Amino acid sequence: MEDIIISTLQRTMVAGTPLLLATTGEIICERSGILNLGVEGMMAVGAVMAFIVTITTGQPWLGVLAALITGIVISMIHAFASITLQANQVVSGLALTMLGLGLSGMLGKPYVGKPLTIKMDNIAIPFLSDIPWLGKIFFNQSPFFYLAIILAFASWFFLERTRLGIQIRSTGENPKATETQGVNIFLIRYVSVLIGGAFSGLAGAHLSISYSKSWIEGMTAGRGWIAIALTIFALWNPGRAIWASFLFGGIFVVQYLMQPMGISPNFLAMLPYFATLLILLIISFRDPRRLNAPAMLAEPYKRGER
Amino acid sequence: MMHIRTSDRYNITALRSLVTNILSLASGILVISLVFLCVGVNPVFAITEIFSGSFGSFYGFKETLTKAIPLILIGSGLTLAFRAKFWNIGAEGQLLMGATFSTWVALAWGAYLPSYLLVPLMFFAGFIGGAVWGIIPAVLKIKYSINEVVSTLMLNYICAEFLTMLIVGPWKGSDRFGFPGTDNFPAAAVLGVIPGSRIHYATLILAMICAVILSVIIYKTRFGYEARVVGENPEAGKYAGINFLKTSLILMAISGGLAGLAGVGEVAGIHHYLGYPASVSSGYGFTAIIVAWLAKLNPLYAVFSGIFFAGILVGGDAIQISLGLPAATVEIVNGTLLIFLIMGDFFLKHKVRLVFSKT
Repeated sequence: MEDIIISTLQRTMVAGTPLLLATTGEIICERSGILNLGVEGMMAVGAVMAFIVTITTGQPWLGVLAALITGIVISMIHAFASITLQANQVVSGLALTMLGLGLSGMLGKPYVGKPLTIKMDNIAIPFLSDIPWLGKIFFNQSPFFYLAIILAFASWFFLERTRLGIQIRSTGENPKATETQGVNIFLIRYVSVLIGGAFSGLAGAHLSISYSKSWIEGMTAGRGWIAIALTIFALWNPGRAIWASFLFGGIFVVQYLMQPMGISPNFLAMLPYFATLLILLIISFRDPRRLNAPAMLAEPYKRGER
Repeated sequence: MMHIRTSDRYNITALRSLVTNILSLASGILVISLVFLCVGVNPVFAITEIFSGSFGSFYGFKETLTKAIPLILIGSGLTLAFRAKFWNIGAEGQLLMGATFSTWVALAWGAYLPSYLLVPLMFFAGFIGGAVWGIIPAVLKIKYSINEVVSTLMLNYICAEFLTMLIVGPWKGSDRFGFPGTDNFPAAAVLGVIPGSRIHYATLILAMICAVILSVIIYKTRFGYEARVVGENPEAGKYAGINFLKTSLILMAISGGLAGLAGVGEVAGIHHYLGYPASVSSGYGFTAIIVAWLAKLNPLYAVFSGIFFAGILVGGDAIQISLGLPAATVEIVNGTLLIFLIMGDFFLKHKVRLVFSKT
């Protein structure tokens, strides 16, 4: 029993990692006032690029770097369309998802079903990993897990305490006033969207080279969309994103745990999506003013407009 | 010094709109050509193949019309929803729900009812199925301010799993040799086709009628006006006393219902049984988003843009076979064209000039 609980919690951390990465990125992006619905697509391309580079070079970290760059490059499309050309952000993000899923399917075709033999070893943190229970759950994990947690904390610090972070937030709240302070709104928004892209790429890399160690078309399975919901659930705060993501990681793991109990696997597969709706419902009972959404989210900024 | 100067364009003529759309599509195709070049495929050959495969032959055009049916139905429904800025991304799930409801009617009543009663009943059930699945996100949005993009998408996944649960479980047919799927529909539930093709004409005619009715609703009725106000100026709408919940419920019932009708067409006109979600619909719900956008949110134009994108789906199948490209190619083509279409809107709404000035 003890083993089951420990391994369940350990897998919860693994399943929550890509959600946390993608959510943190989307929070930074949305804080600047740009809604990027392309997370699913950026994750998919990140996943396939990480896999291809890792399997050809044998270097998982090169794969991670490739995913990061791919995420940045592909999010540039959304940045150009929604910031420079003031396009509709919902449709642009959807287009990015279509493009990303398509590109990943095309690039990954020759690699379907190939197992990844190069492993990214778990890192056991000295002393901490010897703590009973907690050691195995939290301190003997893949590098991605630590990276996700560190980046989430760093992003919180970045958004709340640094000059650039404050500029990003005020761009999302009131771009006009921010511009009068001499801040380049367009630059700030570009930077935020590209950071979001990099995070989504990382999330994809985790899926293909650490989580499942193989590439299958459509392996993102809606995780990008769940990350967008988690952004709302986390009230646009990277700190809250941590526990929100791992809560959802738990829901992914519970599926497999309950399968031997004779419950229809299709019913269990619905759980994460149901939970997403349920959680958004619970959040909605809060006072909307305390929801913390950036005031100018998804509103294109036009210089010189009154 | 060279500057790029932009200013607003106030009078947008239909001709300019058309030319901009064509130029956007052309630049999209140019970029797609580059993608083809990168994977080592001759782009001229590939693109000719796409359009000759779909519009170049009689056989191809019949297939194009067949696939245009669901795209016209869903696309024209989406024009209404998108006008109210209700981002319904859940047409795929609404289609599946429509297919499920009509399958139930076909299997439960097929043996007792004549075709002229059964088929209308199936379309009715399909409409209700899609409408119910469309109303849920509308309630969630207006009552609980839940973002409809997220909720409609989640409902897509839920519906696909629900449908699979039915066809591997209680609805699993005895004549499928152990494969998941319902029994074949009784003869009375099967839609007639134009001889020598797969065009189920009843649904095609229905799609055309729906497009006409929708354009009347959007441009000639009070409801259509209210839906546009909800999208373009919600503040003004509030003061004018527009009931947002009622408006959203009706427009999502229509938008979802039309997707449900498309689902009926697919199962009763093409497959004649309910199978896996991916076989019931090849992503029509998502392609229809581009159909609506290319149509500039005008349901009548959705007929033409529906046929155009059906052509790309059929041509995509053709190059899969002749050039060995993966199925995902069509998604790349669709995504790229959509990006260029929305980018083109900027050049429609703004004058962009290069200005040279002395420094």
